[in-house]
Amino acid sequence: MSSQSINAETVTTELDNILEMENVSVAYAGNYAVKNVSFNVARNAITSIIGPSGCGKSTLLRCLNRMNDFILDVSIEGKIRFEGQDIYAREVDAVEVRHHMGMVFQKPNPFPKSIFKNVAWGPTVNRYQGSITELVERSLKQASLWDEVKDRLNDSALGLSGGQQQRLCIARALAMEPNVLLMDEPCSALDPISTAHIEDLMFDLKSRYTIVIVTHNMQQASRVSDYTAFMEMGNLIEFDESERLFTRPSNQRTEDYVSGRFG
Amino acid sequence: MTASLTRSTTKQAHHMRSRHAKARIFAKFCGLVTWLGTALLLVLLWQIFSDGLRWLDIDFLRSFPSRFPERAGILSALAGTLWLISLVAIIAIPVGVATAIYIEEFGGKGKLVKIIDINISNLAGVPSIVYGIIGLTLFVRGLQLERSLISGALTMSLLILPVIIIASREAIRTVPDSIRHAAIALGATQWQTVWSHVLPASFPGILTGVILGLSRAIGETAPLIMIGALTYVAFVPEGPMDSFTALPIQIFNWVSRPQEEFHELAAAAIIVLLVVLLSMNSLAIFIRHKMEKKLQ
Repeated sequence: MSSQSINAETVTTELDNILEMENVSVAYAGNYAVKNVSFNVARNAITSIIGPSGCGKSTLLRCLNRMNDFILDVSIEGKIRFEGQDIYAREVDAVEVRHHMGMVFQKPNPFPKSIFKNVAWGPTVNRYQGSITELVERSLKQASLWDEVKDRLNDSALGLSGGQQQRLCIARALAMEPNVLLMDEPCSALDPISTAHIEDLMFDLKSRYTIVIVTHNMQQASRVSDYTAFMEMGNLIEFDESERLFTRPSNQRTEDYVSGRFG
Repeated sequence: MTASLTRSTTKQAHHMRSRHAKARIFAKFCGLVTWLGTALLLVLLWQIFSDGLRWLDIDFLRSFPSRFPERAGILSALAGTLWLISLVAIIAIPVGVATAIYIEEFGGKGKLVKIIDINISNLAGVPSIVYGIIGLTLFVRGLQLERSLISGALTMSLLILPVIIIASREAIRTVPDSIRHAAIALGATQWQTVWSHVLPASFPGILTGVILGLSRAIGETAPLIMIGALTYVAFVPEGPMDSFTALPIQIFNWVSRPQEEFHELAAAAIIVLLVVLLSMNSLAIFIRHKMEKKLQ
């Protein structure tokens, strides 16, 4: 464990980190799903978390916007800092945390409402001051969905294809103008063309947002991300720049996993 | 060996034939039972209509009960029923739906919720006369509300609350968690999530429960007799504190008279009760249909 955390630090201390995880452990009813994980997320970069099913990568991601708060019997140890502030501090409101961290889920989950309302709802309940119509247009454009839906904004979102629905969910998250976009296996329910679409989109978004993506698709992680964390059985095995992690991993287990000998 | 679509041995063929025969017999049996129920209902309806239809005119709706069948009407009973059902709706719907929301969305898995849960399930099985006794002790005597509409409405609300709560909970539970997560992740509070997404999505199911409950309340007689809803009322109630009678009580009263004419009047009142019930149901189906269309 120690060698990895040192490794992580040497890579990122020079950089501007938006999120810092320090000895994070998560347990469900006493069973640890994430054990003592520490690494940092660099601003305006794409960081991916990879690993076999059940390695705790989604659990870790959901800690970043406090989505685990609703699970009973969950205990979270260690520190997670966003812009230097502990997001689990007593005086921090979880609702406020989620304003800064947008989330896109594994399965597209649009609201059973119109396309427009899907994007507009978040800013509306948060009392957005500007023009909602402009915001919806801008968000849909950022999610490269605008051209496909601009003539049917009042149609139900459920009539869109899976890939379009997922881009709608991204637009919905972007409409909140978050700092960080958390993506939990956003392409696992999509076909290759939709997947490529979303990966292109992530490149475009990188300049304005910090993206953390959980994926079990190693090709995707190596294609899109600047940094990669490899997890196994709740432990962080290696964290490094993606290029190095996928070509010259320092840990034998990482090498086995990324070369396909295992998992 | 090639697969054959025809059974090679007579034993297999025989077995296949008997399986198909069993399936046919079962389907026939189900059809028969369905038609038997429907036929019984039709006979009943026919009897009621043939007895009561000739008494049914505008005067019947406009007159108070009388000991002369030609002059008797259901004005006070119909007004009482409409009053009662409106008050029950005002009391029972908010309380029932709020309880369901609390148990499903906010209550967590604590002991208190478990106790409430078990109690509600048990209450659904309590005979209606028992609710009448509660109403008599608690509302009529305890709170000194007398034999008024509000006593009747509170008693009926107690009676149908379990129905509304159970149906609303089922409806809320069918809303997928992914919708809740989506809203929460957008920085919404739990209440905003429930109000904007969970309630609209479960509305059709909740409405079904509400209508089932109100339909039950509209036809119940026993609790009303228990709390002493009057059987002869020659005025239209003007407020919730007035005494009242209701259609089922009027029907009960007329049926228990020896004269044939009053039995026919009862049949006419039953037709009116059915019309009220069916129009309530159709309204609910109409609203539900509109809501479901909006959701798609």
